[in-house]
Amino acid sequence: MLDESFYKKADEILSHHSPQESSLIPIIHEIQEAYNYVPVDLLPYVAKHIGITETKAYSVASFYERFSFEPKGKFIIRVCDGTACHVRHSLPVLERLRSELGLSDKKHTTDDMLFTVETVSCLGACSLAPALMVNEHVHPAMTPDKATELIKGLREEAAKL
Amino acid sequence: MKKITSHEELKELRKNVEAKIKSEPVRILVCAGTGCQASGSLKVWEKMCELAKDTEVQVEFAPEIAHGDNHPAVHKCGCLGFCAQGPLVRVEPAGVLYTKVKPEDCEEIFEITVKKNEIIHRLLYNMDGCEYINQDKIPFYLDQTRIVLKNCGNIDPESIDEAIASGTYEALAQALFTMTPDKVIQTVLDSKLRGRGGGGFIAGKKWQQVASQPEKIRYVVCNGDEGDPGAFMDCSVMEGDPHRMIEGMIIAAYAVGAQEGYIYVRAEYPLAVKRLNLAIQQATEYGLLGENILGSGFNFKLNINRGAGAFVCGEGSALTASIEGKRGMPRVKPPRTVEQGLFAKPTVLNNVETYANVPMIILAGSQWFRSIGTENSPGTKTFSLTGAVRNTGLIEVPFGITPREIIFKIGGGLRDGAKFKAVQIGGPSGGCLTEKQLDEPLDFDSVKKLGVIVGSGGLVVMDESTCMVEVARFFMEFTHRESCGKCVPCREGTLRMLEILERIVAGQGEMEDIERLRTLADLIIHTALCGLGKSAPLPVVSTLNSFLDEYIEHIQDKKCRAHVCQKLKQYIIEPTKCKSCSKCARGCPVQAISGAPKVPYVINQDKCIKCGACIEACPFKAIYVA
Repeated sequence: MLDESFYKKADEILSHHSPQESSLIPIIHEIQEAYNYVPVDLLPYVAKHIGITETKAYSVASFYERFSFEPKGKFIIRVCDGTACHVRHSLPVLERLRSELGLSDKKHTTDDMLFTVETVSCLGACSLAPALMVNEHVHPAMTPDKATELIKGLREEAAKL
Repeated sequence: MKKITSHEELKELRKNVEAKIKSEPVRILVCAGTGCQASGSLKVWEKMCELAKDTEVQVEFAPEIAHGDNHPAVHKCGCLGFCAQGPLVRVEPAGVLYTKVKPEDCEEIFEITVKKNEIIHRLLYNMDGCEYINQDKIPFYLDQTRIVLKNCGNIDPESIDEAIASGTYEALAQALFTMTPDKVIQTVLDSKLRGRGGGGFIAGKKWQQVASQPEKIRYVVCNGDEGDPGAFMDCSVMEGDPHRMIEGMIIAAYAVGAQEGYIYVRAEYPLAVKRLNLAIQQATEYGLLGENILGSGFNFKLNINRGAGAFVCGEGSALTASIEGKRGMPRVKPPRTVEQGLFAKPTVLNNVETYANVPMIILAGSQWFRSIGTENSPGTKTFSLTGAVRNTGLIEVPFGITPREIIFKIGGGLRDGAKFKAVQIGGPSGGCLTEKQLDEPLDFDSVKKLGVIVGSGGLVVMDESTCMVEVARFFMEFTHRESCGKCVPCREGTLRMLEILERIVAGQGEMEDIERLRTLADLIIHTALCGLGKSAPLPVVSTLNSFLDEYIEHIQDKKCRAHVCQKLKQYIIEPTKCKSCSKCARGCPVQAISGAPKVPYVINQDKCIKCGACIEACPFKAIYVA
């Protein structure tokens, strides 16, 4: 059972949408934006409100790559592995990020909940390959060393908060 | 903002904004596309705004008052296309283009170019010792025909007034007041405009079919789910000139009698989502969307839906399912989208670039449109030119141009003097063209004969450092991951093909694998449910046809000539060149390198993940790949 505050937040999000099936994906987007992940226990609540079954809500939320049931870190680093980035060597950048943060293709988020490292199919910044995105900000022409610098900078930023 | 209630009022507004823009003594455009923003263009913009404020006259930067009043005006603009040289800044009216501008350059630009109208040579684009002052003289732009991208980089995409001044919504007014819906459809049909999303289906035919359905509730949907890795054309159009695309959609809605429309955009394009939302809000306030558009009695409401990271949603029936709030899975056709699309109603589904072509066709006529490009592929196509080419970026060229012209004239050839190997076209659904195919015309039908598709327009240039077998594996991994799982040939077939390819790049392939790949490819192409599955094997088929020798090398000689396939390569430190500086060891992400002062360093091959970080870290070029 989730804390009461989750349902309050859900109510607030639900109030912006008409209670119908086609609101499901926009609602899940907003939930994920609020918490950086989709608390799975909220799905039955949402489903009931918009008049669909629990299974249906779950099947949709689990279908889309972007939605995650796992809590994510404060900084979500999406390393682009699109064609252009791939041929311009995005993998060493990914490897460096993972080794700096002790992550792997199984473990995506650091224990302190500061960083999540994922890959993404394309960020549309192909001319500046290899690129990655921290939350909504694109970083171009990455190298493994720049990735180390980036982590250092983000850690400092987090320490200030 | 006041609603515009007639064609005359629109013309009046256009005249006023045009006059205001003309009265700007200096106009500074800072590219604010995804690429340049990533390179730091927003800081440049902020600095420019600050500087403009400090001139004798006070300048405000809200879109409504930024224009004119004899003040220099600083604008964010859409993608100028020349992303590799970003951040780009253009100073009008002289049209001086500065590249790689940093915030610390702004003061100089202001003092020298804005105030004295002189040129700062070090910021100009320089290629092969030749410097270029104006954008249109640069070889990258010289051979382009910019119709869809006409406004991209010339107007502030966050200002509807600038869009109107550039002529946007004039085509809508003409359609609403001087043309019947049938006439609009006929014009688009006559233009032979073909869908730019990949299929190349005649857009006017889709419209005609929707208009002829007995069901009166209809929808107009825009596919902005540009999922092809290595493609960002639609992203740039949505970011750089959102109103043009919206105008195209409203015209389509008028033509087919739809009252509601949806734009389906990738969530990975936050800037495009933001600008589209703003554009819709502005257009609604001006009465260009909503009830009684321009006083014509026509109503049209436009919604934005964000995708959620599923490539298959680029397929029509999967996309409409996703808007309906379902899993994005394609369904068996017929019925087709034009008969039963969104919410099971007749639906016009075109992509961003297709809609963006419509206003010009209405304004300049189908004859004009057909005069560009080739007979059966008229008009232009935008491409994102990326990979191992010198000038990467967003380009627009007439159909019929050859890949050689694109790569070697516009793209300036390969970077670092590398040798051309192949160009991948059409993304994961396409294939690659080799040196001897570079002089074939690029249009929908010609490239089909070469076994590839134009696709949505990704062009990834590859040099000798790219392994074609690895590229085939990369695409197969992508389509396998993105397969929705509904039909067996795609779900299982792509996995089997991927397994074989993984075996080959790991040096464990057998000669029989080549035949297995061909058989599986043939099976999937003929039996998969949707376009994603049907085209998934194409990159493999295409590389098998053009680069069979590389496959055989991987299988028989256990060799990857491009030194890409990790399991087939070894990083070795040349002891005589190693100065024991330890830079490689510090750069190694898995601590596979060890050594001591004055003793050459050694790479532990069992630990090495072959990432290549050591090569980049070594200042003495002592590390090589074998």
